[in-house]
Amino acid sequence: MKILVAISQTPETTARIAFKNEGTTFDTSGVNFIMNPYDEWYALVRALELKEEKGGTVTVIHCGPASNDVIIRKALAIGADDAVRIDLEPRSAHVIATQIAAYAKDKTFDLIMTGKETIDYNESLVGGMIAELLELPFISHVSKLVYNNDQPLLTRDIEGGVEEIEVTGPYVLSASKGLAEQRIPNMRGIMSAKTKPLQVIIPTPETSLADYIHFQVPETKSTVKMIDPNDMDELVRVLHEEAKVI
Amino acid sequence: MVLVLAETIEGKIRNSSFEAVYYGSKVADILKTSCHALIIGHCSDGGRLGSFGAKEIWHVDDATLSAFDSQVYTKIIAQVASDKGASVIIVSDSSNGKSVLGRLGVSLNAGAVRGVNKLPELKDGKLNFDRPVFSGKAIATCRVNSDIAVVSLMGNSLKPQSSGADITVQKLNISVPASKTKVINVKRSVGIVPLAEAQVVVSAGRGLKDPSNWGIIEDLAIELGATTACSRPVADSGWRPHHEHVGQTGIAIRPNLYIAIGISGAIQHLAGVNSSKVIVVINKDPEAPFFKAADYGVCGDLFEVVPKFTEALKKFHIAHH
Ligand SMILES: Cc1cc2nc3c(=O)[nH]c(=O)nc-3n(C[C@H](O)[C@H](O)[C@H](O)COP(=O)(O)OP(=O)(O)OC[C@H]3O[C@@H](n4cnc5c(N)ncnc54)[C@H](O)[C@@H]3O)c2cc1C
Ligand SMILES: Nc1ncnc2c1ncn2[C@@H]1O[C@H](COP(=O)(O)O)[C@@H](O)[C@H]1O
Repeated sequence: MKILVAISQTPETTARIAFKNEGTTFDTSGVNFIMNPYDEWYALVRALELKEEKGGTVTVIHCGPASNDVIIRKALAIGADDAVRIDLEPRSAHVIATQIAAYAKDKTFDLIMTGKETIDYNESLVGGMIAELLELPFISHVSKLVYNNDQPLLTRDIEGGVEEIEVTGPYVLSASKGLAEQRIPNMRGIMSAKTKPLQVIIPTPETSLADYIHFQVPETKSTVKMIDPNDMDELVRVLHEEAKVI
Repeated sequence: MVLVLAETIEGKIRNSSFEAVYYGSKVADILKTSCHALIIGHCSDGGRLGSFGAKEIWHVDDATLSAFDSQVYTKIIAQVASDKGASVIIVSDSSNGKSVLGRLGVSLNAGAVRGVNKLPELKDGKLNFDRPVFSGKAIATCRVNSDIAVVSLMGNSLKPQSSGADITVQKLNISVPASKTKVINVKRSVGIVPLAEAQVVVSAGRGLKDPSNWGIIEDLAIELGATTACSRPVADSGWRPHHEHVGQTGIAIRPNLYIAIGISGAIQHLAGVNSSKVIVVINKDPEAPFFKAADYGVCGDLFEVVPKFTEALKKFHIAHH
C-alpha cells in the first residue's frame, strides 16, 4: 500500500493562548509546538501498521516553514519512509489542501490520511478538501480501519454511535481517537530519521477565500458560588431560579 | 439566497437542523434575502422546517441516499446551490456536516468556516463569522472573501423559534451520482440525545473509582433528561465508550448545563466544555482546578452528594408538575 499522511504542527495542549498586535496574531512566545495529536497518534501510526501488515510506503507531507522540520523529523523517526514539505505559512485550509492535492495527484496513493482536526484552529476542513480536489471518497472521523484481503472496512464515529463503511478504490480519511495507539520513537528511529529523504517544494502563492481577522480570549467566569454539600435543595433552587437551566 | 442542509435521523428532521434553518433565516434577514432548506434522502416531516423560517423546502430523494456519502451529498448540495444561486450554505456542525463542509468549499470555490456560533456581521459587503478556536480557549473572527460562504453551525448556538405554519415540500429531480462507498452497518445508542445536541450533560471522571459506580451518574442523568459524558481516562480505561469522551481530544460540547462529577478540570478537559452556559462542579478536593471554571460548586464526596442531588431533583420535579 502506498499511503500519504498529512501532518500539521500545533501548540502543545497546555500552551498559554494569547494574542498580540491588537488581537490579530497568535502570540507564540514561550509556546512549545508539537505534531497535531490526531495526525501523530492515530493517522501516522495506523499508516505504519498497515505498511507493516501489507508492505508499501508511508510518506508524510507538511505545509509549513523550515522551522517546522522538527515535526517532520519526528514523523520519520516514528517510522515514515520519506517526507515532503511545502514551504508556505499554513494559514488557509484551502491553500494547504490545494498544495497537498497537487502533490498527490499523479502519485497513485491508495490512501491519504489526515487528522480529524488540528487542535489549534479545529477546522476539520483539509481532509474533505483534498478529497474533493482529487475526486475521491472521504470518510471522516475514522476510529477503526481494517482490511479484509484488499477490502477496507472503516468505522466512522457519528453522533451517539458508529457507522461501518466499505470503500472501493483510493480514498481519503480523517483519523479520530481509537484508530491506533501512540508510538514513541526509539533511538534507531531517531538516528535513521536524519538521513531519510525530505523533499521541499516551493509553491506558487494563492489567495485565501477566508481569513482570520481577529482573535480574543473569552472572559473568565466570575467567582464560583459554593453550595453546602448537605443542602442539595439549594443547588436545585439556584439552577432553577438563578441560572434558569432546569 | 441562503441554503440550509437539513439532516434527518430515521426519516425525521434532526433537532440540530431546526436550529440551522432558524439560523439560516436570520442570516437571510441580514443579507435581505430568503432562506431555503434542502433535505437529502428519505424524510417524512420536512414541512416542519417552514415554521422555522424556510421559505421553500426542497427534497432530493432516492433509495441510495439513505446512506451518507460525502462525495455524493456534496455533488447534490453544490448543484442545488448553483442552480438556485445560493450565496451562503449552512450545514450543522455534525459528523455529516463536517464531512461535506470542506468539499463544498472546494466545489463552490467558497470560503469555508467551521463551527460558527453566532450570527455573522456584514462589513464592507463581506460576512464576518465568529467561531471558537483552540478548543474553545479563544474566539476568532473569520472573514469570508469569496462570493459564496459555506459554514457549519455549532449546536445550541441559538434557540430556534417556530412561528407560522408548515409548508409543502417540493421534490427536486437531480440525477444522483454513483457512490464509491457502502455503509454496511449503523450502530447507534437509541433513545439518547447525542452529546453534541444535548441541553444538559452529566459527566464523570476518575473520581468515580470504578465503572460499577456509574449507576449514580445514570440516575442523575435520567432525572435531568441529560446525556452522559466522561473525561478521557474514563474512556481510555474502557469504563465508558469513546464517543462519550469530551475535551480537547474528544468532542467539544456547549450545553446549557454541564455537571462535572469527580473530574479535576485539566486544561484539556476544560477546553471541550468551557463554552457550556452553566457549569456545576462536584468534587471533594477544594483545590480542584475545575472550581475556577465553575458557576456553582459543591465540595464534598460525590458518593454522598450525587444521590442527594438526584433526590432533591425528584422532589423538585414532583412539586413542579
Ligand atoms: C494531549 C492531551 C490531550 C488530552 N485530552 C483530554 C480530553 O480531551 N479530555 C479529558 O478529559 N482529558 C484529556 N487529557 C487528560 C487530562 O490532562 C487529565 O489527565 C484528565 O482530564 C483527568 O481526568 P479526571 O479528571 O477524570 O481524573 P483526575 O485528574 O484523576 O481527577 C479525579 C478527580 O476526582 C476527584 N475525586 C476523587 N474521589 C472523589 C470523591 N469521592 N468525591 C468527589 N470527588 C472525587 C478528585 O479530587 C479529582 O479532582 C489530555 C491529556 C493530554 C496530555
Ligand atoms: N499545514 C498542514 N500541513 C499538512 N497537513 C495539514 C496542515 N494543516 C492541517 N493538515 C491536515 O489536515 C488535518 C485537519 O486540519 P484542519 O482542517 O486544519 O483542522 C490535520 O489533522 C492534518 O492532517
